[in-house]
Formats: sequence, C-alpha cells, structure tokens
Amino acid sequence: MGLNAVRYYFREAFASMRRNGWLSLASVGTVTVSLIILGCSLLLVLNANKLAAALEGMLEINVFLVDDLDREKIRQLNEQIKFLPGVAEVEFISREDALKKMQQSIGADKLEGLDYNPLPDAFRVKTRDPQQVPQVAGEIARLAGVEEVRYGQGLVEKLLAITRAIRIAGWVVMILLGGAAVFLISTTIRVSVFSRRKEINIMKYLGATNWFIRFPFLLEGMFLGLAGAFLAAVTVFYGYVLTVREINTLMPFLPIVSQFGEVLPVFACVVGLGLLIGAAGSALSVRRFLNV
Amino acid sequence: MLRLYNVSKVYQNNVTALDNINLHVRKGDFLFLVGPSGAGKTTLARLIFREELPTRGQIIFNGKNVVRMRPGEVPFHRRKIGMVFQDFRLLPLKNVYENVSFALEVTGAPSKEIKRRVPEVLKLVGLEGKAKMFPHQLSGGEQQRVCVARALVNNPLLLIADEPTGNLDPDTSWDLMKLFQRINEQGTTIIMATHAWDIVDAMKRRVVALSRGRIVRDEEGGAYSYGA
Repeated sequence: MGLNAVRYYFREAFASMRRNGWLSLASVGTVTVSLIILGCSLLLVLNANKLAAALEGMLEINVFLVDDLDREKIRQLNEQIKFLPGVAEVEFISREDALKKMQQSIGADKLEGLDYNPLPDAFRVKTRDPQQVPQVAGEIARLAGVEEVRYGQGLVEKLLAITRAIRIAGWVVMILLGGAAVFLISTTIRVSVFSRRKEINIMKYLGATNWFIRFPFLLEGMFLGLAGAFLAAVTVFYGYVLTVREINTLMPFLPIVSQFGEVLPVFACVVGLGLLIGAAGSALSVRRFLNV
Repeated sequence: MLRLYNVSKVYQNNVTALDNINLHVRKGDFLFLVGPSGAGKTTLARLIFREELPTRGQIIFNGKNVVRMRPGEVPFHRRKIGMVFQDFRLLPLKNVYENVSFALEVTGAPSKEIKRRVPEVLKLVGLEGKAKMFPHQLSGGEQQRVCVARALVNNPLLLIADEPTGNLDPDTSWDLMKLFQRINEQGTTIIMATHAWDIVDAMKRRVVALSRGRIVRDEEGGAYSYGA
C-alpha cells in the first residue's frame, strides 16, 4: 500500500462523511450515547467494587460470651480464637467497658432507669481477609462459652448484588444501544456506497481491487465510531470529575475511585469499543453491498 | 492472445446469449464485432472482461484461463484490458486529468508515474489543452476521448470498445476511428462492437458477425454485411 493510496483512502473517507452530513451526525450521536452509558456503568461498577472492598475491610466479628465466665476461661477462649486460622486480631471488651461505651454513644441520661448491666462480655475479632469472615465466625460459634456470634451478614452480599445488577443493566443497555449504533453506521455506509455506486462501478472497470474500493468505507465507519467514542469519553470524563468533586465535599467518607490510572481503562474501553462499533457497522455494509 | 473455446452463455431465464463461440484474436488485431442488437456482442465483451462467467467453455487471455481465475486475480486481469463505453462513464466531479489519473490511482501506481503517464496519454488523444476542464464542459467526442485516454493509461494489451460511436456524430466518429487506428498501430489489440456499418465497411478490418449468439461470419478486410 503506497502513500498515494493511503492519502486516497483518507480523502475519500472524509469527503463521504461531508456528503452524508446528517446521517453521519446521527450515527456519531448514537455511538456517543451508547458509549456514555457504557462509561457510566463501568465507573459505577468500579466504584461499587471499591466500596465493597472498603466495607469488607471494616468487617469484624462480634463474639458474645455466656454470662459469668471466670477470667481463666475468658483467657483460654482468647487464646483459642487467636490461633484459629485467618484471625488477625482479637480484642476483649468486658461488659463494664461495653456499658460505658454505650452510655457515651447514646447518653447516660437515657439509661438512668437501668439498674443492672444487660450487656455480655465480648470479643471483637478481625480476620486477615474479609472473605474469611463467615468461616471464622462459624468456627468461633462452635467454641464452648460462646453465646452468639455476629458479623455484617448480608451487607457485603447486598452490595455485591447491587454491583452485579448495575453491571448486567449496563451490559443490556450497552448491547442494545451498541447494536443500534452498529446499525446506524452500517446504514450511513450503505447510503455512502449507494451514492457512489457509479464511481465504484467505474473503479471495478479500471481494475481496482476489492480492498481498494472497500477501505475508504471501512475508514469512514471507523472515523464515525471514533468520533462518537471521543465525544463520549470527554463527556463522561468531565461528568465524572464534577461528580467526584461534589461527592468529596458532601460525603467525604465515601471511597471514590479518583486516581487517573484507575479510571484510564474505562476510557480506553470506551474508545476501543467505539472503533469496534464503527468497523463492525461498515464491515456489515461493505460486505453486503460491495460484492465485486 | 485471446482465445475462446466453445463458449456459451445461457442466462437464468433460459435466454441463450452466446452459443458455442470459438474465436481467436491475435496480438495487434483490430476486430469489429457486428450484428443486430441482442446478438450477443455486449455479453461477449462482458465475458472477456470477466464481469460474467460463461455457462460452458473456456476463455484464455494472455496465457491465463479467465474462467478459472480466482476472485483476487480479476482486478489484475482487468488492468490489462481497457474499456471504452458508449456513454463514456466519466466521473462528473473530476476534471479531465483526474478522470484519467484515477485509473492509475486505483491500481496504486506511484504518483511519479501518474504525473508522467497522464499528460502522455492526453497528448495521444489530443486533449493536452483541456486537462483542467470538467466532462460537462466538453463535447461528446472529447468526452469519448477522455474515456479512451483512461482506458489506455494503464498500457492495456487489449482495448474493448462497446458502441464507442453510438453517441457521436459522423465527423466525430471518424476522428475517433483515426485515434483507434493510431492506437492499434502502436500495438494495442482492439475489439470494437458496433452498429456503424459505414465505419466497418470503410476500415476494411477483420469483421466477426454475430447473430443470435452464434458467429455467422469471420473474415479479414470484411464488410458489415454481405449486401454492402
């Protein structure tokens, strides 16, 4: 492929886009909308995953003991838990300490009518890996002297379920819109092929190879896809920057993915998919309508 | 250079366009293909150009079997054949120079060669002064000469002209025939399908007459019909 041919491909592709201005614009718009949705759902999933990881990290197991265990028994239990596989840290909280903490957090005056301490002695256990929480909790529950074991059952699962729902919804919408984008690009290219059918016919008479005839159309489709992807990437990027700023002032405790390196794959994905949609759309038309 | 062996073409609606054609065209020939409309002249041209495949028979061009050619070889086959049409088929938005250079561009020729070759061919057909003009600014005869220039720019072995004078007045037609003669003298083989009996009679070249898809006459220095 000579330099001349390359220049020819680009010139033809751009001339064609100008000729079918409105249709080109419509296909770029569809690509943009579908890729904005893709970008948003990817960012949501990314953040939900990070939030899930953060919450998992905060997970600990509360172990409540039966009443009136002697100090020796409590010390033994402490040792037993500490040497369970996966346990990182064990902290003993006596029922007196627990009551003091409760008085501090909800106010001593509200507990005035209370003439005895209803709280049990307890351990607070942290695991090395949040995934091990359910298993470790189960093993602690089997130990003698343990009345009840509690951890954030369901919370992590719920968050993961939400993440999965976002991901699936994102994919469904993306595939539907992506399909529409491919269809629109293929229509644009078809119109473009049709408006140049005489020229194509002459090219065949002059001995142009199929690829020489097809390539400008493929290029045109890829440009349309890329333009849409670029618009989507810019929109999502600025939208995200603004959202992150807003969340950081309103809810600074929320862990937000804000490192550029972390969100970069999302934009690479958006641009790559735009190119793919464009190529697929034009390939569809070029194959069907340029049977040389 | 071109041989057709027992070539038949039957279309799907059972119309027999060509019926057992055997033809040998030698290098340097100037051959008139004559016969009434529907005799099969255009079909023959299309088969040689490999726009269509024959139902039966083989076509050998320049040592290659056109019928058994792979699709990828077809463009390269066509580059060895220049086509001239009755309706010129020029690109209206390109000027004379661009219409001719287009034929080289689509073959991926280097721009150096294009810059050398296009003026050469335009001079040959007598259009060197009109390179910047657009087809609609030209007369019919000039447009046809652009078409010839475009067909010749690739140095084809064979020039196929289908009714090239069909849209031209008599004087212009004669100018075109003089051009064809010059091209033929330079070594390009020419096959010209035509109804123009006066031209055929005056040129005294090889005449192949088709009727209902069969060759009914093939003679050197022939006339359009027996009666003439």
